[in-house]
Amino acid sequence: MGEEDYYLELCERPVQFEKANPVNCVFFDEANKQVFAVRSGGATGVVVKGPDDRNPISFRMDDKGEVKCIKFSLENKILAVQRTSKTVDFCNFIPDNSQLEYTQECKTKNANILGFCWTSSTEIVFITDQGIEFYQVLPEKRSLKLLKSHNLNVNWYMYCPESAVILLSTTVLENVLQPFHFRAGTMSKLPKFEIELPAAPKSTKPSLSERDIAMATIYGQLYVLFLRHHSRTSNSTGAEVVLYHLPREGACKKMHILKLNRTGKFALNVVDNLVVVHHQDTETSVIFDIKLRGEFDGSVTFHHPVLPARSIQPYQIPITGPAAVTSQSPVPCKLYSSSWIVFQPDIIISASQGYLWNLQVKLEPIVNLLPDKGRLMDFLLQRKECKMVILSVCSQMLSESDRASLPVIATVFDKLNHEYKKYLDAEQSYAMAVEAGQSRSSPLLKRPVRTQAVLDQSDVYTHVLSAFVEKKEMPHKFVIAVLMEYIRSLNQFQIAVQHYLHELVIKTLVQHNLFYMLHQFLQYHVLSDSKPLACLLLSLESFYPPAHQLSLDMLKRNQRLRGSPNFTPGEHCEEHVAFFKQIFGDQALMRPTTF
Amino acid sequence: MAAAAAGAGSGPWAAQEKQFPPALLSFFIYNPRFGPREGQENKILFYHPNEVEKNEKIRNVGLCEAIVQFTRTFSPSKPAKSLHTQKNRQFFNEPEENFWMVMVVRNPIIEKQSKDGKPVIEYQEEELLDKVYSSVLRQCYSMYKLFNGTFLKAMEDGGVKLLKERLEKFFHRYLQTLHLQSCDLLDIFGGISFFPLDKMTYLKIQSFINRMEESLNIVKYTAFLYNDQLIWSGLEQDDMRILYKYLTTSLFPRHIEPELAGRDSPIRAEMPGNLQHYGRFLTGPLNLNDPDAKCRFPKIFVNTDDTYEELHLIVYKAMSAAVCFMIDASVHPTLDFCRRLDSIVGPQLTVLASDICEQFNINKRMSGSEKEPQFKFIYFNHMNLAEKSTVHMRKTPSVSLTSVHPDLMKILGDINSDFTRVDEDEEIIVKAMSDYWVVGKKSDRRELYVILNQKNANLIEVNEEVKKLCATQFNNIFFLD
Repeated sequence: MGEEDYYLELCERPVQFEKANPVNCVFFDEANKQVFAVRSGGATGVVVKGPDDRNPISFRMDDKGEVKCIKFSLENKILAVQRTSKTVDFCNFIPDNSQLEYTQECKTKNANILGFCWTSSTEIVFITDQGIEFYQVLPEKRSLKLLKSHNLNVNWYMYCPESAVILLSTTVLENVLQPFHFRAGTMSKLPKFEIELPAAPKSTKPSLSERDIAMATIYGQLYVLFLRHHSRTSNSTGAEVVLYHLPREGACKKMHILKLNRTGKFALNVVDNLVVVHHQDTETSVIFDIKLRGEFDGSVTFHHPVLPARSIQPYQIPITGPAAVTSQSPVPCKLYSSSWIVFQPDIIISASQGYLWNLQVKLEPIVNLLPDKGRLMDFLLQRKECKMVILSVCSQMLSESDRASLPVIATVFDKLNHEYKKYLDAEQSYAMAVEAGQSRSSPLLKRPVRTQAVLDQSDVYTHVLSAFVEKKEMPHKFVIAVLMEYIRSLNQFQIAVQHYLHELVIKTLVQHNLFYMLHQFLQYHVLSDSKPLACLLLSLESFYPPAHQLSLDMLKRNQRLRGSPNFTPGEHCEEHVAFFKQIFGDQALMRPTTF
Repeated sequence: MAAAAAGAGSGPWAAQEKQFPPALLSFFIYNPRFGPREGQENKILFYHPNEVEKNEKIRNVGLCEAIVQFTRTFSPSKPAKSLHTQKNRQFFNEPEENFWMVMVVRNPIIEKQSKDGKPVIEYQEEELLDKVYSSVLRQCYSMYKLFNGTFLKAMEDGGVKLLKERLEKFFHRYLQTLHLQSCDLLDIFGGISFFPLDKMTYLKIQSFINRMEESLNIVKYTAFLYNDQLIWSGLEQDDMRILYKYLTTSLFPRHIEPELAGRDSPIRAEMPGNLQHYGRFLTGPLNLNDPDAKCRFPKIFVNTDDTYEELHLIVYKAMSAAVCFMIDASVHPTLDFCRRLDSIVGPQLTVLASDICEQFNINKRMSGSEKEPQFKFIYFNHMNLAEKSTVHMRKTPSVSLTSVHPDLMKILGDINSDFTRVDEDEEIIVKAMSDYWVVGKKSDRRELYVILNQKNANLIEVNEEVKKLCATQFNNIFFLD
């Protein structure tokens, strides 16, 4: 297995923290993605490191007992520390505010606090075994105000900071999940739903474990991911991940099933809208893309791994500090270690080694692992950093050694142009809405974002086609077929073809003396009229006399099309226009269409 | 601009006349270098009619030789092209060095009844147009060359004997298909009718052709036609011109079109499942299920001036769409290949053909050109050989029908001859008999001929009408006023 085969990797620069040990407790906050290293209950220092800020926050606090949970509010304004099962302590980190700690006890009698979550810089939710309490923190008054609360028996909870949704596990089987959504001082209860547990032998009591549930945003939608283990009673071939879609409004619905075809211990991550399933027994991972076509049975879509299972790329622990000076070689990191803890969406923490990594998908190796080019394109076009990889796929499929067949090339172009057209349409309707003055009245109106998946004609021309036509070893038939296929695809999506593509076609035809072909293309207006094209034709007259006629026809149509974007002024055709005038006189040039 | 009045038409005694159209008297090919001294008949490579006595053949060939030699003294580079006599006209053509082709056409005859009841024969010496029949003669050579290669090549391959055999085999049949009475301006042009098509459908056809060439991989050139009109030619213009002539006047008319029966014909209902398609071979195997089916395709010769390529011509058709696949003659298409071609091309071509049909109808409706144009016109562009005629009906293998009086056709031919004499662009307006006007327009390398029939029209009105026509039918091209 070559190195180029690994398609998952740990980020190059992990967040490094002091390893967990009896005197140093490590906490991770999913909202701010910060790691807290608390030494001796804080008395000998707390070090907070986030993924972006390379400057850690360090402070001390009195050791008032074992820390159970510690988290900053958003923007690191207020620190909350839970030391007992009844109370949470607060400390302001806002300049000019008192830094004296203040405490809030949970309101519900006899309740135990399971944990807390910050939902904004001053709003916090306590989750107790008897319900949830939503507070506003008033740092200047050093007190909290209860905004709302809700009573129900809670087994465990889960928080998804990106969507500000808290999921509470209720009932004896723990499989009824109650979501709450938080926004600007409001707490709304969403419809609860039940996770179907696999059939279990009568002797054992089935229950839903917190470990088997994850929440993540995939393609802009919130999903609850349930890892359903293989049950011996059913004839399923292995474990599966069930995706429940949790919409803003309406009921939660089972949508996708990811077939793992194996059993054992798994962990989930979501990277670049891909569901990554790690399998500890084989020390490999697989990825799923729910946007790729799967098998739809009428209610649920079944998916198989996009690619064969691979290990995360082997990782060398970088040596820092004085050891780096010595010739000591870097230490290989134990992957899929049992001490790894995985957090959503893409975080892997090794508390024993003191590292926090972001998991990343490498696109280049995938190009060779996914032989179906259509599927490869569907996959790549959904990825964040796809542009250069897609362009290299295009170049590769046109290269002599890996040449794809024309139908495949056509499929690839169609997929590119489908994305391109979607963006152009969005741009256009945005521009129209702005023009109509809707921008102020409708806050929903947003300028469409141009993702890397939008590959326009200039990209394809610059990175793929211009180099492709220069290749001497390419049969010109193939070159022309490819150019025409791209032009066909653009036309099919009603995208105006840029004149430099037409020029490329003409150049190629002229180089191979295929003037009659060129003539036929022009005859059917495959190469759209434009002034530069007309001028180019005029310049070809000495090689191919009919080019003269073609050019004049085009210039004549030009007269009629004045004002159309294809005939914008300033194309430096003056000399040709002057020539035209000289031959036919001013009249011919100024005349309106009829003759 | 020149305006002229030409009195034409049949007189009051027409009913008593008998007319005989022009006819082929003889057709021969000779080379003066072959046996100039002894054995004069060695010069003669082909002679029609063969029954003619040997000495007469030698005499006629000798006469032509003498005329050509004699006129060469006046114009060394351009010897005589035709000889006019009272009874006939002879046309000379030297398509390859020292190889002469001669066609002798009898002038049309009018047989009148004299007062004493005896028939009087009158030859119409001025009826035939040199340019028309010279073109027919040149076409004879082009057609021969398309299927046999050059004279020289035959000489190289098998000497005079082979050349004679080939000429005999080819012209014996071909001369029977010459219909000299219906030759006209279109024979001069030898143009190609292009199928009007929107850009997207055209690109789909391009894509289809490229894919077929790729998956059949031995295809060297492809041509695509719809409704007997050309859409794409991978061949060079001159080769396509003659191939087009063959396809549209010989091959296609010979095959009765089942698709003319229409979409709802029972043929469709009988087609099984998904594999249904209408593809069939017009050349090559008739029945692919017959294991003994012959996969013999006509051979054609193209690019004879430089690369000299010999090709198999595979013509495959589905509904109104026909594709010509040309493959190198050294490759022998097997029955397996034909079956593969049928299974790949058949379904796709069927879909494409119905796409084209649909798109064509949409475009026709949109442009409003559904109704018959009120103008009779012939258009020809020398640059791309594009030809368009509303004067001619559908071509049949036997005869090309025109919808106008032959006298008007002759005026068109005369105008064309005038255009040939000068290089400049010009326009000629002719007032013909019974309210007919004929307008000829030449601009750059394009020619347009319009026949108008308008009561009491004057020159200005006719001119306006032609302008109107240009604006509606030819608004995309550059015509000088």
